[in-house]
Amino acid sequence: MNLPLNSVPIEETHLEPLRHLLTALADDHLILGHRHSEWTGLGPILEEDIAFSSIAQDQMGHALGFYTLLHEYFGTPDPDIHAFTRNEAAFSCCQLVEWPIGEYDFSLVRHLFFDLAAGLRMETLSHSSFKPLAQLATKIRGEVKYHMFHAKTMVGQLGNSSETVRSRLQTTINRQFGLALGMFESRPDEQILDDANIAPIEAKWRERWLEALHTILESAGLHLPDPDRTEPVYGGRKGYHTEFLQPLLTEMTEVFRLDPQAEW
Amino acid sequence: MYGGGYIPKEESRKTVSNDDPEMLATFEERVTRGEKVEPRDWMPAEYRRQLIRMIEQHAHSEIIGALPEGTWITRAPGFRRKLALMAKVQDEVGHAQLLYSAAETLGKSREAMTNDLINGKSKYSNVFNYPAKTWADVAVIGFLIDAAAIVNQVANSKGSYGPYCRALERICYEESFHLKQGHSVFVYLATGTPLQRSMLQDALNRWWKPIMHFFGPSDEMSEHTLTLMKWKVKMATNDDMRQQFLSLYVPKIQELGLTLPDAELRKDPESGKWLFGDPDWAEFFAVIRGNGPCNAERLAVRKAAEVNGAWVRQALRQADAQYVTPLA
Amino acid sequence: MSVEIRSLDPRVNRLGLHIHEPGAADTLPPHDHWGTYQVFHQKKRGDRHGAVGIVHAPSPELAMVYAKEQFGRRGETANLWVVDTRHVLALDYGDQDMFATTPEKSYRDPGGYKVNDKIDEYREKMSHELTP
Repeated sequence: MNLPLNSVPIEETHLEPLRHLLTALADDHLILGHRHSEWTGLGPILEEDIAFSSIAQDQMGHALGFYTLLHEYFGTPDPDIHAFTRNEAAFSCCQLVEWPIGEYDFSLVRHLFFDLAAGLRMETLSHSSFKPLAQLATKIRGEVKYHMFHAKTMVGQLGNSSETVRSRLQTTINRQFGLALGMFESRPDEQILDDANIAPIEAKWRERWLEALHTILESAGLHLPDPDRTEPVYGGRKGYHTEFLQPLLTEMTEVFRLDPQAEW
Repeated sequence: MYGGGYIPKEESRKTVSNDDPEMLATFEERVTRGEKVEPRDWMPAEYRRQLIRMIEQHAHSEIIGALPEGTWITRAPGFRRKLALMAKVQDEVGHAQLLYSAAETLGKSREAMTNDLINGKSKYSNVFNYPAKTWADVAVIGFLIDAAAIVNQVANSKGSYGPYCRALERICYEESFHLKQGHSVFVYLATGTPLQRSMLQDALNRWWKPIMHFFGPSDEMSEHTLTLMKWKVKMATNDDMRQQFLSLYVPKIQELGLTLPDAELRKDPESGKWLFGDPDWAEFFAVIRGNGPCNAERLAVRKAAEVNGAWVRQALRQADAQYVTPLA
Repeated sequence: MSVEIRSLDPRVNRLGLHIHEPGAADTLPPHDHWGTYQVFHQKKRGDRHGAVGIVHAPSPELAMVYAKEQFGRRGETANLWVVDTRHVLALDYGDQDMFATTPEKSYRDPGGYKVNDKIDEYREKMSHELTP
């Protein structure tokens, strides 16, 4: 890939914190996009299959965007090599995105949790003082808006359909909530980026996420589990993962590993 | 993608119609003038029946066709290939949606068509009953099977039934993206490392027979077949489409130094026609009867998708739901 | 008795499917795939919306969610409408004869008013009259 030499100067002290943030974003989107893509051709109805596949593709595209920034400004290998050759310990995705797709309600609730967070993140990051990130976040924002239109409509209509389905969704929400809180595991050097108006600390995003989620769930006849009584599932950002990640990576890279130097 | 030319023998021997001769004459004049037939027009019963059969099989072929290539979605090498394959398989699902919609205008509901598919009553293209064993199969399917489908679909898009033509117009556009992405994977493997090249040659060897089967055996030129051609339901003979495909694509395979597993395949300089060895029509009929390598799996997976999604569909279904034939 | 499917597709293996003995026919009930909505697509601001097809959906909102990806996932889109198929009244093609004579009604068309001949004739006549 040809690299334009970046013209945006980055302060030395911001390099590592930014690299941590971008890698977390990139890995989250890659792994969830990959999981979502498992639904293509197997969705609950043709129309939903098509919509969900677009969401998966968007997420894969967002991952590519973040990896490209990392490559262009932070000297990481090109996106294919970076995404397709690391082992699990080098990934900093949250554990929420690693879980298998489960039944449709598991994937739907995860999509709501994740895209709500992604939407809020992109909204703030579109004003980031690190301009290349601000530009990318602005592009992603519109796509996530559609994801949320999909998630809110689907959860809203299912939540208001019947008591059986409502309670099925509520159970899934309760079980997944700790994993979802894990999306906001603090990054060790996050305060530096907050001070420089590059990106807020995770706790700020978490507060806004809880508030917005409360409203969405309430209008769907569902309720937000108590965040103070739920143990967040942390570790992903530090390279500690579920038993599902390494098999996912092994599968994802099966062809690529046949010859990583080959052009596929 | 689809090879819809094949009309089973028992079908092609049917009596054509006992329709009102005056209505039939008006209908045939319209078709001969090149005017399109639209959903609520009067049409011969056999015209409606054959179109439903054909469009429905085409739709089933798209949704089942999403499975062999879907096999490699989670393993596509690199972002570009992964995105392209996801988009391509998504398009196949989208094509199924468009085609079911066209068939619905003829009065058969999508539920009824789905039931006939998952319970094994309707057919779909045989080619999807073969396994996609390696990444190179994605190249062969995307390039050659989509190319064959385009030959068939471009012919059908000039047919007489308005909704089918409109669906095919969009489908052909999207298939040309599939063909390009398939060709790209194909060329990268063919011009790549020795390992990549041998994967591709192996895939080509395995897929050549199903590809030769794709358009079906030579048509039985019965009165029935001739009538369907007059009504612009069937637009070209299976042999003509196969010849067209061979002329367009054999050179593109050979220019890359790849071989095809048929010693008799060559263009006859005198007639300009392609000659080829017997592609084993017995196997073609065996696969149609359900005995291909993947028939059982394809139907089980499709059925599972419907069954697993049932709670979502039923939860959202409104109490006042009523079926209305789509307009166009 | 059932046999577990071992597929080449890892996604399918994770579904844990079995091939059942024949007889386990599944039948979707009527309306299982919901009703339909007609979709109208506008490519650019200033263009008209045009009918592009249908989606199956249980509500207008989901119809819109689905229309966006089935009819707007390529190229440009400015706007979409969805309309419950039950709310569209369509003319029967059998009534196309109501329009048969319309193209002949030249008095409704600009082309039906050709006066240049008259003007030329008049100018010709006047030029003769003015000549002494």
